[in-house]
Amino acid sequence: MVNATAVLPTLPSKHWLRGTAPTTRFSLRGNAAAQQLAGQALGLTLPVEACRAHSAGERAALWLGPDEYLLIAPLIEGEALRAQLAAALAPTPHSLVDVSHRQIGLELYGPHASWLLNAGCPLDLGLAAFPIGMCTRSVFMKTELLLWRKDADVFHVEIWRSFTEYFTGLLSEVARELPG
Amino acid sequence: MLVIQCPFCGPRPELEFAHGGEAHIARPSDPASVTIEEWGAFLYLRKNTRGVHAERWRHVRGCGRFFNALRDTTTDQFIATYKAGEAPPASATGGAV
Repeated sequence: MVNATAVLPTLPSKHWLRGTAPTTRFSLRGNAAAQQLAGQALGLTLPVEACRAHSAGERAALWLGPDEYLLIAPLIEGEALRAQLAAALAPTPHSLVDVSHRQIGLELYGPHASWLLNAGCPLDLGLAAFPIGMCTRSVFMKTELLLWRKDADVFHVEIWRSFTEYFTGLLSEVARELPG
Repeated sequence: MLVIQCPFCGPRPELEFAHGGEAHIARPSDPASVTIEEWGAFLYLRKNTRGVHAERWRHVRGCGRFFNALRDTTTDQFIATYKAGEAPPASATGGAV
């Protein structure tokens, strides 16, 4: 297995952007039965409501579609968790794919986080329309991204690895308008 | 920018969607038994409606699901959206579809 930390793209040093801890990611597709079994193995309930994320400690399950979830856990738990999930899900039809190295996690934080994102993302990121705990795939200019609001001014962003430079570069351009 | 109502995710910007052509076209259940003309019609003949048109859309940069929409092709107004497999809402069509 590739050492994920060794191949992470270098991020520009900014006061509104930080990398997240090395993460293992699974793409889960399955019906309600599979969702329940996966939730038990993961130690949390998979969200049924559209565009919501549930987290317990460092683990999280993000609703991406009616039968599609992204499961997140610390990288160190990856191998064990994969075996655990595969064993739990064995009785029911499902698809469980390790996508840990497909994308990287970033965190945009601070009072200008939603303003920065709105430079390229057309979603309404006001707290009423995009409350804490909401997650969704969307677009940022020409790239796809996954947004998860962890706090009023903290966004977890998952972006496909090769688009990191594109994404952070555009954000850096936009951030030139920020004070300080 | 248009705001399109995804039946799963709610109102979303047009940029997240992809158009998928006319809706409610059933593939012949036994392709071997239909004539070449019937098969050609299934593949190529479309209504090209002027007015309220039932069409497929995909929330490709969101939940990824296909759904159906009623859109007025003269005004580009979305009248209603509904999940794939459902009948168009009768109140919204005005008997046009």
